[in-house]
Amino acid sequence: MPSKRILMRGSNVVGEAAVRAGCRYYFGYPITPQNELPEYMSSRLLEVGGTFIQAESEVSAINMVLGASAAGGRAMTSSSSPGIALKQEGISYMAGTELPCVVVNMMRGGPGLGNIAPSAADYFQATRGGGNGDYRTPVLAPAGCQELAELTFTAFDLADKYRTPVLLLGDGLMGQVMEPVVFPDPIPLEDLDRPDCFLTGCQGRPPRKLFSMYLGQQGELFRHIWHLMEKYETITANEIRYDTYKTDDAEIVVVAYGTASRIARAAIDKLREQGLKVGMFRPITLWPYPMKELRAVAEKADKVAVFELCAGQMVEDVMLAVGERADIFFHGVPGGIIPTPAEVEAFLESVANGDGKVGRRVEL
Amino acid sequence: MSQAAMKKVFERPEALQATETHYCPGCGHSIAHRLVAEAIDELGMRESTIGVPPVGCAVLAYNYFNFDMVEAPHGRALAVATGIKRVHPKKLVLTYQGDGDLAAIGTAETIHAANRGEKITTIFINNAIYGMTGGQMAPTTTLGQAATTAPGGRKADRDGNPIDISRMLAVCERTVYIERCALTTVKDIKKAGKAIKKAFQAQLDGLGFTLVELLSPCPTNWKVSPQKAFDWVNEEMVKTYPLGVIKDTTGY
Repeated sequence: MPSKRILMRGSNVVGEAAVRAGCRYYFGYPITPQNELPEYMSSRLLEVGGTFIQAESEVSAINMVLGASAAGGRAMTSSSSPGIALKQEGISYMAGTELPCVVVNMMRGGPGLGNIAPSAADYFQATRGGGNGDYRTPVLAPAGCQELAELTFTAFDLADKYRTPVLLLGDGLMGQVMEPVVFPDPIPLEDLDRPDCFLTGCQGRPPRKLFSMYLGQQGELFRHIWHLMEKYETITANEIRYDTYKTDDAEIVVVAYGTASRIARAAIDKLREQGLKVGMFRPITLWPYPMKELRAVAEKADKVAVFELCAGQMVEDVMLAVGERADIFFHGVPGGIIPTPAEVEAFLESVANGDGKVGRRVEL
Repeated sequence: MSQAAMKKVFERPEALQATETHYCPGCGHSIAHRLVAEAIDELGMRESTIGVPPVGCAVLAYNYFNFDMVEAPHGRALAVATGIKRVHPKKLVLTYQGDGDLAAIGTAETIHAANRGEKITTIFINNAIYGMTGGQMAPTTTLGQAATTAPGGRKADRDGNPIDISRMLAVCERTVYIERCALTTVKDIKKAGKAIKKAFQAQLDGLGFTLVELLSPCPTNWKVSPQKAFDWVNEEMVKTYPLGVIKDTTGY
């Protein structure tokens, strides 16, 4: 049965949700600001007979995930931005080999070591495929602890359903903040509907070979990639998730995800009190991006206002989705600074009256 | 002699696929593959084995072995095998890795898997050269040995000394059996087969990490005839990498 309402830290929420979703294999390497998650998993997996290994590197951790996944386990790793950069090798191999896993990124400021404050600067890395080759990974962006719990389940299900790595994209604030959560029912391991493709020893069947390399001269890799692309089209057709807030009569539509959307929501409530018709479109899947859905909302509005905790990354997808159907404005706060709702209010007031004081108009 | 009275004295091990390999004439990989397959057959483990080939000349080994296998990125075989073994603790899990894979790009994965005492067996093919990419200097290239990226041969001052990863791993408390053999003479090859079987047995008995290093001729990239390559292993390579048991705490 679903849990009682529990006050819990975001990183721990992901850990508890993962265990309830049937994850028994976690491999990770310490990095701030997500250390609570491996710490939680180290003791929680012990209780349920799972495996926790503190790996010697991020590279090793993702490759342990590759091995556990190939062997049929629900496996997960987590890290923060620079550590996720190191995991790209394994993510690319798993995408090519079609192995499921969940990778959690509690984003911090970058590039390089950047800082350890919350950020959303890994949008490109997450949605454009940080590793080599023609592939995509579904990216889920929760906006708080309850959604962290629910989307952790979703992430494992999507990973298995489509045999692909899935990214859960939070940030340092979401990992640290405590909010009340109700967890979904635990999934009994025997009820997990897993694809029958894993390595278990070849008793009574031909051996299975899992690989990402297609050296054949007859266009083997060509065909493999179009097979992957077909899968990505199916994901795009079936798995887009988003949320809208007060968009029905909105003249200005804010586009924001994750922590930025929480700040924007407070600003929207305040501006609504003052009579400004403003609402919000919040993508939950960053890939596949809700292009058509955003376009439909933007067509009814005059202006679209993109707000990001980085110097401007998702805004490019908004430009693709909206085009010239509405005027697009952007305000970004990079470097781990968390702005107040008042700053977003000021941005939206500038968008409304066109004074250009906060944010800027985006030229296509 | 009638058909019925004939006795089969030599056949392909079941753990080896009936297929041609891409290995060069005189290469040690084919011998090593056969030894691994024979040991698995003798232990009756073919249907309970999961293998991890490397990136390098043996990258296609999953096409040659007749049991479950998964590719690993370059150097990551022991991390991948760790994940597999933790899901299937009773299966025989092996990595098959070359010197570049195991002792250069995968050094961290190698040392830490050994240090955790993962119940995995590593078959380490040491041919002192990067074969797949065409003869570049390996971590195990011997002093003075020619390589396409070591003009005038390997020089200690410039390139460092050849690394003896097997001896390094022997100092890890939880490695239980490490032996170095050669894939050259009949006697040495038989010895290598026994070592591989013993390493698998130690793994199945849950003792700890095991590794068998196989000095392996690479005529193509050493740019000598197969016979000269075999001679070079026996006469020169063994000076840097002496054959024998490096560590054995199995008690067998």
